[in-house]
Parts: sequence; structure tokens; C-alpha cells
Amino acid sequence: MENISGADLVRAAAFIGAGIAMGLGAIGPGVGEGFAGGKACEAIGRNPDEAGLLTRTMLVAQAVAESTGIYSLVVALLLIFVV
Amino acid sequence: MEAEFIVHAGQYLGAGLCIGLGAIGAALGEGYTGGLANTSISRRPAMAPTYTRTMLVAQAVAETSAIFALMVSVLLLFTDLSGMGVCQWAAAIGAGLSMGLGAFGSGIGAGLPGGQAIWGLSRQPQTASHMTTTMLVSQAICQTPAIFSLVVAFLLIFKDASGYPLWPYSASFLAAGLAMGLGAIGSGWGGGMTGGACCEGFARQPRLRSQLMTMNLVGQAVSQTPAIFALLIAIMLVVGGKTEGNILTVATTLGAGLAIGFGAIGSGLGNGANAQGACEAVTMNSGTSKDMMTFMLVGQAIGQTPVIFALVVSLMLIFIPFSGMPANLVGFSALVGAGLSVGIAGIGSGFGNGLNGASACRGVALAPAERGSMLTLMLVGQAVAQTPAIFGLLVAFILMFKGYPGPATLPAAMALLSAGLCMGFGGLGPGVGNGFTGAAACEAAGHRPDQRGLIMRTMLVAQAVAQSTAIYALVIAFVLIFVV
Repeated sequence: MENISGADLVRAAAFIGAGIAMGLGAIGPGVGEGFAGGKACEAIGRNPDEAGLLTRTMLVAQAVAESTGIYSLVVALLLIFVV
Repeated sequence: MEAEFIVHAGQYLGAGLCIGLGAIGAALGEGYTGGLANTSISRRPAMAPTYTRTMLVAQAVAETSAIFALMVSVLLLFTDLSGMGVCQWAAAIGAGLSMGLGAFGSGIGAGLPGGQAIWGLSRQPQTASHMTTTMLVSQAICQTPAIFSLVVAFLLIFKDASGYPLWPYSASFLAAGLAMGLGAIGSGWGGGMTGGACCEGFARQPRLRSQLMTMNLVGQAVSQTPAIFALLIAIMLVVGGKTEGNILTVATTLGAGLAIGFGAIGSGLGNGANAQGACEAVTMNSGTSKDMMTFMLVGQAIGQTPVIFALVVSLMLIFIPFSGMPANLVGFSALVGAGLSVGIAGIGSGFGNGLNGASACRGVALAPAERGSMLTLMLVGQAVAQTPAIFGLLVAFILMFKGYPGPATLPAAMALLSAGLCMGFGGLGPGVGNGFTGAAACEAAGHRPDQRGLIMRTMLVAQAVAQSTAIYALVIAFVLIFVV
């Protein structure tokens, strides 16, 4: 550990970056999708006849909210395996 | 460099952290109280003197935690601690963190009953004297975590560590400060949510005073538990701190402090939110107050799980020798990473479980006959919301007990620390989000008990999607631990 090469430093930074990217990146989608899911449950409780439509809308909204989580995943994998 | 300078530098840094962090919470809480006081005055201008007086009393109580922080800050500025050993630099910073962070939760928390009490007075002016009592009792309990923080700050400042080498004992001081400071946030704030709902409920239904007060006191008492765990670990770290050891001793100490500190935040907040829901539910339907107590306690017990995970990991870090762990940066990163993983991941699950439990209480108030199916719905929702905390615990165990035979390089070490951070933060969002979904499902089922099957299905689909990012975080953490 005494002589840390430049390449080691870069790899270490990439690993820390990957953890932070995936860790922080997971917060937003988790909260946001949960919120959307909650509103869907409320809406279905109020109008059960439209359950199919409401579930579809919920899933579309969650898929969009998921995208940032997937961006984080991709960047984390890139940091670990590619750069 | 001479020890004296290091200690003085620590004292000034600690003093700044203490009052800087400590000033946030009280100001927010007092602002909330002031805001609702003006709302109330606009409704009944003739009562302005009464509302202003109550506001000032409530703000004075909320101010207490900031005054504690000021006291510790001034003590750090003007007392020379360098005579008590070189480790005292860490004691000063630890004391600043303990009191500064600890004052944050209690300051906000104490403001919530204050605001709700004044708003309540504008609804039911005849309740004045009882309302003030209810407010003051609730606020006093919210201040408890700040008092724990003050005790730990004094313990750190006045612990005589002369003759101890700089490391590893400095880590004990830092970790104790972090554990108590972070650990006090959730309990102080959560207790305030409960107290606020009790004052609000009393204003809506003055005849329910004793039922609400019982719910408030029991709920707040349970919400205080995480802060008490943090106090326990902080005292153990200072009194039983190791005076000799290597880099692994430093790592286990810091890891233990971080685990219980972060881990207590979510459970404290969640238990408070759960009891808030129970108080609201009693106000909505007083006939169900016995059921409500059961629901609240079951919900809080589950909401307590993340802090118990954190407590277990903390105690393991303190007491297990970890003789197979390499005494270098790799071992250090693995042990600190374990603390971060279980602690931070628990924040989301603890709070999410509390939201879920709160709504289950409201759901029972709406449809008391359906309490059996409501309990099932609550438990299923909470079980899913618990998953991120379990992932956090899993990653912590793997980090602690996996062998590290490979060469000790900087990238290998950072990958382990990063795995802990990744799973910790990655569990935070899904835990809260799953709680939102579960909460809304319980409330919807309360309105429409006939649709509970459909509602539960929707809840599970939504929670599964919200869980996905926690699973990504788990995968990345595993890749960082096992592959690279």
C-alpha cells in the first residue's frame, strides 16, 4: 500500500464513484415510484372500476421515474468495468 | 506538531459545528410555531395577546436545544482541553457533533406541538389551560434527545484521556459524538410529530383528552428508544474505548458509531409518524382507541427493526475481535462500510414503516370492522418496506465476515467502502417510497374495504417497481465486493 500508482488511484476513484452513483441515484426513483404507487392505490380505492387504466398509468409513470435509476446503474457498471 | 495546537484546532472546529448545526432545528421549529400563531391570529384577531403569549412559551421551549448548543460551543471556545491528552481534539469535535446534530431534531420536534397547540386554541378557546399543559408535556419529551446529546457532549469534554496515544482512542470520541448526534435526530423530530397530532386532536375533540394523552405518551416513549440505543453505544464507546490497537480498532469504533447513529434516524422518525397517525385516528373515531393502541405498538415494533439491525451490527463491531481481517486499509474499509450500509439503509425502511403504520391506524378508524384485514395489509406493506434494511444488513454481514486474501491495494479497499455506501444510500429511497405506497393502500382500504384485494395487488405491483433501485444497489454492491 506504500507506493500507490496513478492507475490504482484512478481505479479506486472509479469504484467510489460507482457506489455513490448507484447509491444516491437509487433514492429518487425509490421515493418517486412509491409516491406514484400510493396515489394509484388511493385512486383505485375511490374508483375501482378504472383499476386497469389507473394501474397502466401508474406503471408508465413509474417506468419513466425508473429511468434515472437505470442511468445510475449504467454509469456504475461503466465505472466498474469499462473505464 | 505539538499536541496543544491539535487540541485547540479541534475545539474551534467543534465549537463551530456545534452551534452551526444546533441553530438549524430550533429556528425551523420556532418558525413553524410562529407561522401557525399568525394563522390563528388572522382567524381571531381579538385573541392575539393569548396566542402571542402561547407562541412565546412554545418558542422558548424549542429554543432550549439551541441554548444547549450555544453552551457547549462557548465551553469549547474558552476551556483549554489540551491538559487532558492529545485525543481531546476528537472529544471536542465529537461533543460539537453530538450537541449540534442532537439539537436539530429536538428543535424541529418541539416546534410542532407548539404550532398545533396555538392553532387548536383558535378552534376551541375554552381548552386554553389544558392545551398549554398538553403542549408543554409533548415538547418536554421532544427535548429528551437533546438532553442525551448534552450529557454525551459533557462526557466527551470532561473525560480525562491524558497519557493515551492519539489513536485509536480519538476514534472512540469521534464515534461517540456521531452516534449520539445522528441518533438523536429521528427521536426528537418524530416525537414532535406525535405531540403535534395530540394537540390537534385535543382541539378537535376536547373530551378525548385523556385517551389522546395516553396515546401521545406511549407513542413518544417508543419513539425515544432509538435515541436511547444511541446513548448506550455512545457511553460504551467512551467508557469502554480501547486505548491501544491498530487500524482495525479505529475502523470498528467508527463503524459502530456510524451504524447506530444513522440507523436510529429512520426508526425514530417512523415511530413518531406512526404514533401521529394513531392520535389522528383516535380523534376520528374514539371508539377504536384500544385497537389503535395495538396497531400503533405492532407498527412501531416493526418500525423499530432497522435500528435493532443497526444495534446488532454496532455491538458486533465493538465486541468481535475480527482477528482474520487484514490490518490495513482493506480491513478498515470493510468494517466502516459495514456500519454505513446497515445504518443508512435503515433510514428509509424505518421511516417508511412508520408512514405505513400511521395510515393503517387511520384506516381502522374509517372501517373498524375490517381491522383484521387492515392488519394483514399493514404487515404485508411493512414487510416489503423492510427489504432495503435487510439488504443493508446482508451487505454489512458480508463485509464483516468475508475473507480478504487478495493483495491490499487502494482500489480493493475503496471498492469495499463504496459497496457499503452504495447499499446504504440505495436502500434509503425504496424504503421511504414503499412506505408511501403502503400508507396510501391502507388508507384506500379504509375508505373502500370491499376493494381491499384489488388495492393490495396494486400496492404490491407498485412496491415491486419501487424496490427495483434497491436491487440495483444490491447488485452493484455485490459486484464491488466479489467481482472487482
